[in-house]
Amino acid sequence: MKNWLQTYLLRHLQVFFYSLGQLTRSPFSSLMTSAVIGIALALPAGLHLVLQNLQTVSGDLDSAVQISLFLKKSTTDKQAQQLVSQLKGMPQINKIQYISREQALKEFKQLSGFGNALKALEDNPLPAVIVVQPSLTDSNANSTQRLVEQLQSRPYVDIAQLDMQWIKRLYSIMDIIRRGVVILTGLLALAVLLVIGNTIRLAIQNRREEIVIIKLIGGTDRFIRRPFLYSGFWYGLFGGLIALALVISSLLLVSGPIEALTQSYDSNFKMQVIDLNSTIWLIGGSILLGLTGSWVAVERHLREIEPT
Amino acid sequence: MIRFSHASKRYPGGFDALQDINFHLSPGEMAFLTGHSGAGKSTLLKLIALIERASRGQVIVNGQNLAKISRGKIPFHRRNVGMIFQNHQLLFDRTVFDNVALPLVISGLSHHEIGKKVRASLDKVGLLSKERAYPVTLSGGEQQRVGIARAVVNKPPLLLADEPTGNLDPELSREIMGIFEQFSQVGVSVLIASHDIDLITHLPYRVLTLNNARLSNDTAQPLSSSSV
Repeated sequence: MKNWLQTYLLRHLQVFFYSLGQLTRSPFSSLMTSAVIGIALALPAGLHLVLQNLQTVSGDLDSAVQISLFLKKSTTDKQAQQLVSQLKGMPQINKIQYISREQALKEFKQLSGFGNALKALEDNPLPAVIVVQPSLTDSNANSTQRLVEQLQSRPYVDIAQLDMQWIKRLYSIMDIIRRGVVILTGLLALAVLLVIGNTIRLAIQNRREEIVIIKLIGGTDRFIRRPFLYSGFWYGLFGGLIALALVISSLLLVSGPIEALTQSYDSNFKMQVIDLNSTIWLIGGSILLGLTGSWVAVERHLREIEPT
Repeated sequence: MIRFSHASKRYPGGFDALQDINFHLSPGEMAFLTGHSGAGKSTLLKLIALIERASRGQVIVNGQNLAKISRGKIPFHRRNVGMIFQNHQLLFDRTVFDNVALPLVISGLSHHEIGKKVRASLDKVGLLSKERAYPVTLSGGEQQRVGIARAVVNKPPLLLADEPTGNLDPELSREIMGIFEQFSQVGVSVLIASHDIDLITHLPYRVLTLNNARLSNDTAQPLSSSSV
């Protein structure tokens, strides 16, 4: 039993390297096929990484979510300060800033340019505002929404307003991109499958005579199939490695300008090139496509070749 | 070893390649199969190797009814039938050694065993010195001997040869026949399809003659009912 397993594994190992040898016999065409696979896979892989980076950026943006508490006009400064010190004790709140009615008016005059028009009013029309920044640890939309509701119920608070519209839009856009990446990945995976299938089909046609001879002297379908499947494996592996190289080099190429850009926004964003997980997915997926493509081709064409 | 009973082969389109063939070849027996071109010699060999299946009647090889062998089992049947072809069917991108080793590689033998058996087989056909050569560098007779070495390397009980001397001069042909005789002497059944009447009649073996898809003469049973 052990002996049998040994020869079985040995045979596989032999075919494994034999099929690699076959590919190196025609290095140019093997490279071309692998490059086509590599380019096809680099596109979705690259987009996936762009998306991943966008996600970290937007994660930073979550901390920029602010809740504005517009206080009732009747609230005195003292009462407002009391509320501020109460809110400071809440764990969901990171930062808090009080803008009194006078400050608000001053700011508004400066920023709006309606200064003179406001002078005509006898009363200050602006309410006092407390600007609350939720803490970073708890920045998902639901808990933020709950916090808003909580703050709304506080005394003196007239309206609690959450400004998240633009983040919601950003998330929707990212969702669209994500689905686009999924569709693109599906289509390009299909293309890779066809490329490998076609390559293996040609290899089968080229070795038609050899296949006939092997069938004549008692070679099983499994025996004949094996080297072609391993060729598919190698194409997948090399295609995946080429895709990886393409993705890394193009991301490195744009990382300089991107970091310069984010620095100008005072962000300490660090671009992530590719993590281990994505690398495994890329290479593994590519190998799987290679094997599947060659399997389909072999199944379709090997039966057609029979000795006559 | 081989038994045909009322075997017929009709190709799609209605062409009858073989009709009602009956004969029996014993273990260790050597026989020639002859007849004009298109008489059905190749078809008969193809039925034995399961390249084609009989449309009617039975073909039994090595005690097994070939009709009962499923597609997936055909390779294992062929491993028991050594085949030799007129055009040798060698792989030209591999050495003589690798060509002869192929049936053993297919059977999954170890490296060590393969080396031993291949050399023994090449020794039998007198080509031990050529194991590293490529088939293109060999003469026609030598290529045919490589083909024979490959057919016998895993010691099948039955050898089939389709016009093995078709492209060889008389002297080389006799040499090849001599090799077949040696195998039959050690118990291998040998069936050789050939239209080289001159060569066949000079050898003391049974001759099966096909004529228009029918077995017209069998020297082992000269009064056979199927004779004309």
